[in-house]
Amino acid sequence: MTLIEEKAAAPARVQSRPEPVHHAEPSGLVKWLTSTDHKVIGKSYMFTSLALMIIGGAMALLIRAQLASPHSSLLSFQQYNELFTMHGSIMIYLFVGPFAFGGLANYVVPLQIGAPDMAFPRLNALSYWLYLGGSIIMLLGFFTASGAADFGWVAYAPLSSAVNSPGAGPDAWIAALILTGFSAIFTGVNLVTTIFYLRAPGMTMFRMPIFVWNMLVTAILILIAFPVLTSALVMLYADRHFGMDIFSVKGGGVPVLWQNLFWFWGHPEVYILALPFFGVITEIIPVFSKKPIFGYKGMVFATLAIAALSTGVWGHHMFTTGVVLLPFFSLLSLLIAVPTGIKFFNWIATMWRGQITFTTPMLCAIGFLITFLIGGLTGMFLASPPVDFQMHDTYFVVAHFHSVIFALVIAAIGALYFWWPKMFGWYLNDRIGKVQFWLLFVGVNATVIPWYILGLHGMPRRVAVYSTGMGWHALNIAATVGADITGVSFLVFLLNVYLSWDKKVPAPNNPWDGTTLEWFTSSPPPTHNFTRIPPIRSERPVWDYNHPNAVAIPAHTNENNDKHASPPTGADDDGGD
Amino acid sequence: MAPTFLCPQETSIMCCMTHLNVERLKERPRGTNPSRDSVARHLNHLRPAILVPALGLLLAACSLPNYGGYKGATTQGHDTHLLYAGLFTTAIVVGGITLSLILWSVFRYKKRSDAMPRQFQYHIPLEITYTVIPIIIVLVVFFFTVGVENKVDAVSSNPYVQVKVTAFQWGWNFDYPQLHVDVHGVTLQNPEMVLPTGKTARITLVSADVVHGFYVRQFNFSRYAQPGVINVFDLTIRHSATYQGQCTQFCGLYHAEMLFRVKSVPPAQFQAWVHQQQATGHDKAVAKQPSPIVKVRSTNSRTKI
Repeated sequence: MTLIEEKAAAPARVQSRPEPVHHAEPSGLVKWLTSTDHKVIGKSYMFTSLALMIIGGAMALLIRAQLASPHSSLLSFQQYNELFTMHGSIMIYLFVGPFAFGGLANYVVPLQIGAPDMAFPRLNALSYWLYLGGSIIMLLGFFTASGAADFGWVAYAPLSSAVNSPGAGPDAWIAALILTGFSAIFTGVNLVTTIFYLRAPGMTMFRMPIFVWNMLVTAILILIAFPVLTSALVMLYADRHFGMDIFSVKGGGVPVLWQNLFWFWGHPEVYILALPFFGVITEIIPVFSKKPIFGYKGMVFATLAIAALSTGVWGHHMFTTGVVLLPFFSLLSLLIAVPTGIKFFNWIATMWRGQITFTTPMLCAIGFLITFLIGGLTGMFLASPPVDFQMHDTYFVVAHFHSVIFALVIAAIGALYFWWPKMFGWYLNDRIGKVQFWLLFVGVNATVIPWYILGLHGMPRRVAVYSTGMGWHALNIAATVGADITGVSFLVFLLNVYLSWDKKVPAPNNPWDGTTLEWFTSSPPPTHNFTRIPPIRSERPVWDYNHPNAVAIPAHTNENNDKHASPPTGADDDGGD
Repeated sequence: MAPTFLCPQETSIMCCMTHLNVERLKERPRGTNPSRDSVARHLNHLRPAILVPALGLLLAACSLPNYGGYKGATTQGHDTHLLYAGLFTTAIVVGGITLSLILWSVFRYKKRSDAMPRQFQYHIPLEITYTVIPIIIVLVVFFFTVGVENKVDAVSSNPYVQVKVTAFQWGWNFDYPQLHVDVHGVTLQNPEMVLPTGKTARITLVSADVVHGFYVRQFNFSRYAQPGVINVFDLTIRHSATYQGQCTQFCGLYHAEMLFRVKSVPPAQFQAWVHQQQATGHDKAVAKQPSPIVKVRSTNSRTKI
């Protein structure tokens, strides 16, 4: 039988290696500092990025407080500009992305493909330390004489030049992003290599969990996009300090080149942020609906289509520059709705006729669907150039991308509740989790919906003050209340972590009847993840193993999935242990 | 192009409702109410389009609600508004269907027993359906987008007046090169660009330093002022009024206070304003011979909102 051969293959490979020299396993701080274990690095990424998210979120609450009472002079213009710049930078560069491709992917991908670690464990550690170093450098900008960077997270040239934004704060911002840029590139290389070369025997490409597929595509997008950003930042630094004049008219440069380079990274970046969380949702929904993901292959091709389209739509951030070909970027941007729509309908069809249990991860998945739906539909407006002329740089745009990012944050919270028992061996309290979910869901939508209306009423973004005669005050107060509710939801999360840690409820290996390989090993997993692996004959090896008598998916519907498929009846019985 | 964007007059939501009641209206005896009769005739005229539901929906765009947007104080902005209303309707339909499906599956398939649900995974016809329908929607949206885009971006060969707008940190300069009028103002001084109502004004937009955004909310329009780029566009203001504008692209410390106004007046009044400006501008230019680098000439004293 193939599965016996597969089982025998793995130990044989291990034994052929020279016997490793065992040192005493370090613990505590030394373990953390020296570890190349993907699980330790993954957790470090996750908690570093969550800490940064709390810092960035606190900045957001200060910004909201200022806008709720615009003439209170709570913040000076300079402070306000630094805060919104750093809020955006932290959230985009240091939180959502690193949480997803540094934290979740690092932790989950090797487990889901049955690998002992990432392909390049030391490079992985380097990625994390570059990321941590970059993050600290960016925050240190606040302690320089010039203050932190204050040119917006997009750093449009020539506002970001040495003349318009002098000082060490902006330099720290650039240096930080060069470091985190390299960190992302190394992680991308590592993920692609891991997924191509370290899959367990039997784990063909079309048996990989969708999360792994999405991380593979994300990693490829990282390799397409991040080198462009990182080199653009090096150019910007050279402009500021070595008089390169790449982005200044005076020296024969082209300022709008910065926007092209930035958004050539910036739009794939949106999907670098989103695809991992699409993957998370695609793991959560089938497990809590007790069904396989509907349209597995459609999901894969939709992900590939999104990635392909996302590299050709950067111009839609530049419709109002007057220097991009409007119909081209408009059509490609609108077309992204098609694969995204396929994903939506696949998620719905997965729930269809299932047996849905409403745990916190599942609630987060549903909250993600609704919030992302709003963000996706409003994206259609911005993909249409005339309407973008109307909305551009107003709060409508702010609302649109916050809908999208907040949806991802809701999915991130779902991912934490979903994989927490695996990571630590104990549960987060589900009841407090539901309280957190509802606060978060209500809070984020109460924040963004007033913003949509504000945008339609013409409130520009990035203004610290506005005239009360414009009729924007009441909606700003509503948005501030929403933001405060969102803030409270994260306090509830911290409380939940503390309370659940204080009275641990131990978790079994597979607390949710999960279907993928990470649920087969112990919670938390041992150093090299697996002592044994079930036969892998579909994208749900652990389900097959745990439900040997379940009626298999009709063979004709997934015949290409498994060339060695046995007849449906009784096929799963021999997997028992 | 589609008549959607050629709706001759502002119509209200009532028009939309009468569209739906077209059959009932036709049953009434003619001539009882002359205004109703004309509505019915108007609808009869549109009848073939109503027969095609998708096109009919878009045709009805002139009677769609505002959806919180401005109707557009310029002809260009009005076209944008109609497109916006059409997109909003599409979004409500698509979003409504998707949201209903989500909520239906969530509430209907809540766990009720321990029975194992059927493990199905593919349904190729269904998957093709929800791939093809969005593609069609996208193509329709794109079709109308391109139509409106061409109108909004169209530049008249024979504008009534030309204004060179220069954005700088932190203020605006409105220069009428043919008329030798120049209006200049920083931040809260709110400099005012005067334009003739109902005539086409060509705006040439440039920046003296960093990227700025020229934006007037009632115009449903914004455009970057960028170093190294010269942007040209037309504004044809439909109604005489004063409109508040503001820089929308973050440009540094006083970005929030980089305000301006556009005042639209009938052409005769515009000519009077030009003559007045030419006189005072000449006086001031003579008086301030060694003028400072940034000449500050606020228009606050002349106009009140």
